Amino acid sequence: MIWLANVKIPIGPQHPALKEPENFTITLDGEKVVDADIRIGYTHRGIEKLIETRNYIQNLYLIERICGICSFTHTQNYVQNVETILNIQIPRRAEYIRTLFLELERLHSHLLWMGVAGHEIGFDTLFMYTWQDRELVQDILEFISGNRVNYAMNTIGGVRRDISEDQKKKILETMIYLEKRAAYYKEVAVNEKTILARCQGVGILKPEIALKLSAVGPTARASGVDVDIRRDDPHAAYADTPFQVITTDTCDVFGRFVVRVLELFESINIIRHLMNNLPTGEIKAKAPRKVPEGEAISHTEAPRGEDIHYLRSNGTDKPERYKVRTPTMANLLSISEMLKGTYLADVPIIVAGIDPCMGCMDRVLVLKEGKENQPGYLLDWEHLRRYGIQWYAEKGGRIQ
Amino acid sequence: MNILLEILYLFIFPGFLFILGFGLFAEYMDRKIYARIQRRVGPPFLQPLADTIKLMAKEDFVPEKADKLILTLVPIFSLAAVIAAFLYIPVVSANSLYSFEGDLIVALYLLMIPTLALFLGGWYSGNIFGQEGGMRVASLLFSYEIPFFLALLVPALISGTWDMTGIVLYMNNHWLVFPFIFLGFVIAVISLQGKLERLPFDIPEAETEIVAGPLAEFSGRRLALLRLARDAEMVVGAGLIAVVFLGGPEPLISIEPHYISWIIGALVFLLKTLFVIFLLILMKSAVARIRVDQMVNFTYKWLIPLSLLQMLLVIVVRFGGWLP
Repeated sequence: MIWLANVKIPIGPQHPALKEPENFTITLDGEKVVDADIRIGYTHRGIEKLIETRNYIQNLYLIERICGICSFTHTQNYVQNVETILNIQIPRRAEYIRTLFLELERLHSHLLWMGVAGHEIGFDTLFMYTWQDRELVQDILEFISGNRVNYAMNTIGGVRRDISEDQKKKILETMIYLEKRAAYYKEVAVNEKTILARCQGVGILKPEIALKLSAVGPTARASGVDVDIRRDDPHAAYADTPFQVITTDTCDVFGRFVVRVLELFESINIIRHLMNNLPTGEIKAKAPRKVPEGEAISHTEAPRGEDIHYLRSNGTDKPERYKVRTPTMANLLSISEMLKGTYLADVPIIVAGIDPCMGCMDRVLVLKEGKENQPGYLLDWEHLRRYGIQWYAEKGGRIQ
Repeated sequence: MNILLEILYLFIFPGFLFILGFGLFAEYMDRKIYARIQRRVGPPFLQPLADTIKLMAKEDFVPEKADKLILTLVPIFSLAAVIAAFLYIPVVSANSLYSFEGDLIVALYLLMIPTLALFLGGWYSGNIFGQEGGMRVASLLFSYEIPFFLALLVPALISGTWDMTGIVLYMNNHWLVFPFIFLGFVIAVISLQGKLERLPFDIPEAETEIVAGPLAEFSGRRLALLRLARDAEMVVGAGLIAVVFLGGPEPLISIEPHYISWIIGALVFLLKTLFVIFLLILMKSAVARIRVDQMVNFTYKWLIPLSLLQMLLVIVVRFGGWLP
């Protein structure tokens, strides 16, 4: 083989392997990864600051838009925080419907991840299959809430829409089909030779390192770390719902694949249990518009792992401080650990293996100020404008 | 030879125009069947042609760091080599116009030129992804060329000639030998998949890893020509396998006047070629992309020993006098 020694390959900010812009600079020795440098900050949206400028009802819709896939788990955290400070009791039926949504979201998120993972290793057929089945889950979500992605179901004190007998029937019917499909994916994941070749032993994350780097969710569970907020600190209706926490000890991408496939079955069973034991009654308790002074912290098990929200209120109708720590933020550090010593070809599947959601987790990047005309030198707006004009003038103009 | 007939042969059928049309059709079939297997709708019939025309009309652009001469020559050389290879393949009857003893070897060597050209294109594109892809092209070259050559020599061994006309005649008269060379056929199809850089061997242009590899800096008409060359290479490679393993264009019965039997022969050739392409599509839709080291392992551990075994089998059967 012919080697290129110590080449830096920029994976991102624009790269087909990444669905959202972040930068992974990979130092290569031939095909081997020597070093990986992660740089974030490309898709920061300033949502936390924006939350402070809106009232509690408006914030529901803003917080729902933190993530395009696990939108419900964010509103769930938010309403739990607000309800804790308000100290109001939620009707049981509302708790069940919330749990239903959390689980439906997990179903379609895991199906989506399997598709993305398939695409990263070039298995586009798997990608198309899982995304077609994901549509069924989204159809249910649309049937209940009217929306496919941002459902606007949660509100402070309960949920906004009830579930009819018709809807219940349709959910249970779809679960039968999805269970068959999940069994098929399990078969594919365990038996397809090329998937095994690409996933087994790739992106190793040892349990002790996973704990040290505070990995969460399926990433941690695939490394044998037995954590699941649904069981460890039950929220919504999880305390009444029997389910198992799936862990594997393979510590690689294949383990992450298996954990997610098996969690599909658990989610399907949870949904069945919820639908068969749905309590009757109200779906919403009355809540005041103003929230008294106080602090609350809440966490839920999002499809990607533990999602933590913090709220500080000051007695007005707007939060004083809101803070979100999404699971991707917790898992991101382990990527640089997993990348060491692997091949360039494994980089996409390892990065995708934690199911990254960059837009949800992104943080502002503060640069150290450097000297003029050196890397890291910060330009103010006027300076940047002059620089731009000069650069294009030297080049002879962009448009000739 | 009539000069008019020669021009017809070179430029229309089975030369330039036919190979391009057939290549575009093969691309359509590839995309459509691939889509249907994945439960998608797939492209309309003229989509590959529309893509080509669109690319042809795009801005002519070469990056500053790239070598303009090389980037211009690479697509032309690839396409020319592939079309030249096609001229030796018998399309309408066992007798190809330029047939001579050893034309199989010439066709095989001509089919290697696009790969080498692609390596140069990647290396001189001035793009890190292009260079990495070019490296991968070069590293993988021998892992599929060797089994492909070995497998295609099997029919030549069994029929005792290097001439494709001779192989076609032999195969049609002794089609019972096919079980003896079936392994060779499978190896040839798998290594053709590698040669065409399709899944699971599309390592040099793995989209999610190195963007498009050597193709990264090709755009406009250069990319259009490269795509055409790729389509034509698929058709020529599949046609080559159809000729040497499946008996090529010979109709089973001879009909007067002879142009009717030519038409039948051409149709038989097309069907056999499309069958080989269909196998390529099926393979593509059922697998994930493997890694460079895994591919090298696979070919050196399995494909090459198996093709040597196949050759041994043929030698034993042929010189043992056990041929049917």
